[in-house]
Amino acid sequence: MAPPSSRRSGFSKKAQFSLFTGYLVAGVMVVIGLGLLLLSLWQPAAFAPLRGAASDVVAPVGSGSAAVRNQSQGLFAGISGYFNAGQQNAVLREEVEIARIRLAEAEAVESENRRLKGLLGLKETEAKPVAVARLVGSTATSARRHAYLSAGSGSGVKPGMPVISERGVIGRVLETGRGSARVLLLTDSESVLPVRRAKGDVIAFAEGRGDGLLRVRLVNLGVNPLKVGDLMVTSGAGGYYRPGVAVAVISSITPDGGIARLVAEPAATNFVAIEPVHQPAAVAVLSGSDAQAAGEALPSSTTSASATPDAE
Amino acid sequence: MERLDSRARSDIYGKRINRAPDPWRVRSVPYVSIMLASILPVLLVADMMPLLPSLAFLMLLGWRLVRPGLLPLWAGGPLGAFDDLFSGQPFGSAILLWSLALIAIEVIENRFPWRGFWQDWFTAGTIALAYWLAMLLVSGAPFTREMLLVALPQALLSILLYPIMARMVASLDRFRLARARVIN
Repeated sequence: MAPPSSRRSGFSKKAQFSLFTGYLVAGVMVVIGLGLLLLSLWQPAAFAPLRGAASDVVAPVGSGSAAVRNQSQGLFAGISGYFNAGQQNAVLREEVEIARIRLAEAEAVESENRRLKGLLGLKETEAKPVAVARLVGSTATSARRHAYLSAGSGSGVKPGMPVISERGVIGRVLETGRGSARVLLLTDSESVLPVRRAKGDVIAFAEGRGDGLLRVRLVNLGVNPLKVGDLMVTSGAGGYYRPGVAVAVISSITPDGGIARLVAEPAATNFVAIEPVHQPAAVAVLSGSDAQAAGEALPSSTTSASATPDAE
Repeated sequence: MERLDSRARSDIYGKRINRAPDPWRVRSVPYVSIMLASILPVLLVADMMPLLPSLAFLMLLGWRLVRPGLLPLWAGGPLGAFDDLFSGQPFGSAILLWSLALIAIEVIENRFPWRGFWQDWFTAGTIALAYWLAMLLVSGAPFTREMLLVALPQALLSILLYPIMARMVASLDRFRLARARVIN
């Protein structure tokens, strides 16, 4: 099939001009696009208000689809649960027994902890979440791993705040709209998070690889003390996250650390809590001026500078 | 006449006597469908890897190749700007790449005016692959081997989805031109 002849101008001056104008406008669009692209690569937060307004419009729809997603996941889990119910029952019973013992131990440790902290004069500050929201969507076609929340600046959410599910860290707020926010997930290749091993004092950075796994890089190189199955938690360095929140489990060892799997997978998460920045004063000092730098991906220089005193 | 065959006075666009296509529908369906395709993937939660190729770009290719002459040459600019608001790519990337894609198709069409489905698929596949690679390069994140590996299914899907998109565009086009307005 040949294209319609309207595309061929022939001798008509009017048709020639309109064809020429079409090419001209398209060329101008290319130039504008290139300019905007360079601007937003240079200043990633430049178009945050525009994107915030756009995601505000989509967030209500996303809330509906998020509810459906969670229900369907529950349905599949329910069906698969019937198949190995007996065996699972025995295993769970055993696990509960052990967990009860561990819980009693933990209570003892907690009370001792409280006593020691009282002796030291440390005040226990339980982080109260700024807001609780649904994960309503993500950038499913892009190479970047961002997610959308159904809460925004209207409920007190600000860029830089950590986003945490009941299992562990999800990511950090990147941009906010009035009723929605964009979250930088841990798996994004721009995300860097200071972590430590849950037991022991191994300090490392967890960097997203862009493929769903985290690369754990040790700060102190030498003999690699990590083992497969080690749980990494936030170290609190940098001031954004409170220490001790689960991040990832080591799944394979590399010469300078390991590759880790997420503890809290965003796709399997229903509700998340947005917590205030743990040490706003420290973040403000480290980022130079006020905490506006939190709007962009955490610059690695800031992170390493903040992590060194902890790592020693 | 109608007693013999109920479809005697109608074609695929509906009854022919005292009916006309809805002017709003005729003009808006391509743009609305491309914009909806921009928004749709946002509703999926993809934490591991990109799940889908850019549906909106495939839809744009579909409209451009199935219905040449319908979208103006500069349509990639505004539609790309809308896509940039949701896609997570840096703002401006789709404005640039979609405009370039439409200009490229225009040039190809001038060079090879007679074409068929297979040639269209080849054109769409080549352009979709180039777009996929360009998207990875300008995403604002460092370009790593893991990222490329994890995005490979996206490249494959963007080639394989074109025939489905073309059929979808064809049925949307039938909806667009359906004689919905009754003239009295």
